[in-house]
Amino acid sequence: MFEAWDAVVLARAQFAFTMSFHIVFPAFSIGLASYLAVLEALWLWTGREVFINLFNYWLKIFAIAFGMGVVSGIVMSYQFGTNWSAFSDRAGPVIGPLMAYEVLTAFFLEAGFLGVMLFGLERVGHRLHFFATLMVATGTLISAFWILSANSWMQTPAGYAVNADGQFVAADWLKVIFNPSFPYRLVHMVLAAYLTTALVVGAVGAFHLLRDSHQAGPRVMFSMAMWMATLVAPIQILAGDQHGLNTLEHQPTKIMAMEGHFQSHPHGAPLILFGLPDQAAGEVKYAIEVPMLGSLILKHSIDAPLAGLDTVPRENWPPVPITFWSFRIMVGMGFLMVGLGLFSLWSRWRGTLYQSRLLHMFAMAMGPAGFIAVLAGWITTETGRQPFTVYGLLRTVESASPLAAPAVASSLIGFVIVYFIVYAAGLTYLFRLMASAPHHGEQGPSADLPARAAGITPAAGAATQGSAR
Amino acid sequence: MTALFDIATIWAFIIAFAVFVYVVMDGFDLGLGLLFPLFPNKADRDVIMNSVAPVWDGNETWLVLGGGGMMAAFPLAYAVLMPALYTPMVAMLIGLIFRGVAFEFRWRTTQSQRNRWDIAFAGGSLLATLAQGIALGAMLQGVHVEGRHYAGGWWDWLTPFSILTGLALVVGYALLGATWLVLKTEGELRDKAYRLSWALLFAMLGAIGAVSIATPFLHIHYTQRWFTWPNIILTAPVPIAVAGVTVLLLRSLANKLDTQPFFLSLALFALSYAGLGISMYPYIVPQSITIWQAASPENSQVFMLFGVAVLVPLILGYTAWAYWVFRGKVRPGSGYH
Repeated sequence: MFEAWDAVVLARAQFAFTMSFHIVFPAFSIGLASYLAVLEALWLWTGREVFINLFNYWLKIFAIAFGMGVVSGIVMSYQFGTNWSAFSDRAGPVIGPLMAYEVLTAFFLEAGFLGVMLFGLERVGHRLHFFATLMVATGTLISAFWILSANSWMQTPAGYAVNADGQFVAADWLKVIFNPSFPYRLVHMVLAAYLTTALVVGAVGAFHLLRDSHQAGPRVMFSMAMWMATLVAPIQILAGDQHGLNTLEHQPTKIMAMEGHFQSHPHGAPLILFGLPDQAAGEVKYAIEVPMLGSLILKHSIDAPLAGLDTVPRENWPPVPITFWSFRIMVGMGFLMVGLGLFSLWSRWRGTLYQSRLLHMFAMAMGPAGFIAVLAGWITTETGRQPFTVYGLLRTVESASPLAAPAVASSLIGFVIVYFIVYAAGLTYLFRLMASAPHHGEQGPSADLPARAAGITPAAGAATQGSAR
Repeated sequence: MTALFDIATIWAFIIAFAVFVYVVMDGFDLGLGLLFPLFPNKADRDVIMNSVAPVWDGNETWLVLGGGGMMAAFPLAYAVLMPALYTPMVAMLIGLIFRGVAFEFRWRTTQSQRNRWDIAFAGGSLLATLAQGIALGAMLQGVHVEGRHYAGGWWDWLTPFSILTGLALVVGYALLGATWLVLKTEGELRDKAYRLSWALLFAMLGAIGAVSIATPFLHIHYTQRWFTWPNIILTAPVPIAVAGVTVLLLRSLANKLDTQPFFLSLALFALSYAGLGISMYPYIVPQSITIWQAASPENSQVFMLFGVAVLVPLILGYTAWAYWVFRGKVRPGSGYH
């Protein structure tokens, strides 16, 4: 079986599949770890019970999401060797140290303090516990720093030389780490993580407000989440625009694919809103376009010339339809987020933030929008840099392991089956936790079974779901 | 061969250290999964899980350091070994997924479903352990290398020797798990762990013996390394020390000294591991690629060495603190979960 399949295509499918399932968890836990740190800080500062209730409520959710991120992340770290061994051999001397630093500065920090954060509040005292929470939150951000540096180097390689064995070696580590696209990518991704988390928190808050708009916990979390959407979504659009200009400078082909610019436009390029890119024909069919707007956005001048894919050899074209569409999905989500932020600001000003059913339903519908945007953005940037793994220098087909197609097909099927089982279960448990409202006397993961079963809180009835553990 | 302590050698020791810390730390918590079927009682299982829940994630991070560090410091070895060990590696990853999520999932379900995650925990631990042991054996017996690539098939790893090392590791991790329970539990659970430790210790000695006898037959290099003069001056102390540790371990089990069996089992692992190191050195892919051939350019290794020198002591410090916070016996119902 599978002998006729292309082993490289299978390996790419496997990487895309395992990566897509992995990336949503770090995106969520980066934001959630920071949110937990803020909640605990507010609790220590004000002493208000609602903050510790919210902290414990989201901590249980964090524990599950983090665990799923860890196990799917270990897969990623080994996949470079198992499926992309030629890449590992040639780029390992540059990429490897960045990832080693991620492990040393971030993964250990998160893992070392996670146990105390989850289970140690009574054991170590409030201040030390808050320190542990801060370390976990810091760890998630340091992790983002290194892995995005590594990814950015593959997109915009800098500070390197090539040795006699054909390996990339670092000539200047600072230039490697702070390569041209890294600052933009880092800001864009961390903001995306914060927005993703805010939208989930907001959706959960809205869900409970729809049922009872007087609950303290849901009110606080909904209000905090809507502030995030109001303030960060517009900043994210600006950051995305800057990231796009950076991409135009260093990876113009990717922009051509994102914009569907098959043809060069010497006197100002249009902005193609929608259409059907046809890779083989080299044109966008049924295009709906706004004249000159493409040049205005990308060059900040309406008649600036823009080169198209017709200036690039066909063997260097990325898959245009995927890049084109995933980019539009991401941008669409971004504008919806701005819309939610503005709507909530208006409701807040009118004093109906906790009563507006329309706002709450909109916020609930937007719960998954961050994940969709992260995935779509990731697909845009990763397909847009094809057919290279190290942009312009190492082709994807030259990066793969010398494996037979049946081996890769078997592992791909294995991962698909396992991920569907594990993720179905994980999502079920996450939804179950989110479906019960945070209540008075909310317990963290440290609460033991007997205390819960005995129902020590007045709201024990509402905690039925939790006490099943 | 260059100077005795050139940077590639230092890195070989660092990677060996990371893998060893992984083996003993995740070893005992994988071992708990292996022993799970022997403890059908739900209360016992809760205690077993709670004894490791706060630290398992840190334990597994050493595996990521071992893999990531190898890619960074010895990219050629990483690029050759991972495809050669493709099937065991994928099996290990899948096993680790099932057992890793079980830590949280088993508390989030109803009774009958929880049992399902208990099975996932035990099954995943067994799969991961077998795969790691098989990978070790497959590496020791050597892989087919051409140029800078693995050139064998995807079932080359499967031999009687790799099955032997797979089973040996199952026995070894189970011993670590059992002695960990002796350390962390009390009452009937601890008594049962003592009985298991006895049986597993003898099984472990059998496994060490079997692997030690089989290894020299793999390659003439191993025979020469262990049994020729003057190497034997350096190699003979290993089996002698194994005998010594075994005596101490038997005594600690007989006298029910709760803290000692676990650490003596770790010593047994350390000695077996040193034995492996003696067999392999200076190869990182046995009989094909030495650590110098596989080494990253010096500036990559130096760049990371700064980080390792500063950060690893720090990591060991706060990891020790985390263990200290959760020190002592775990009692039923007073768990962290």
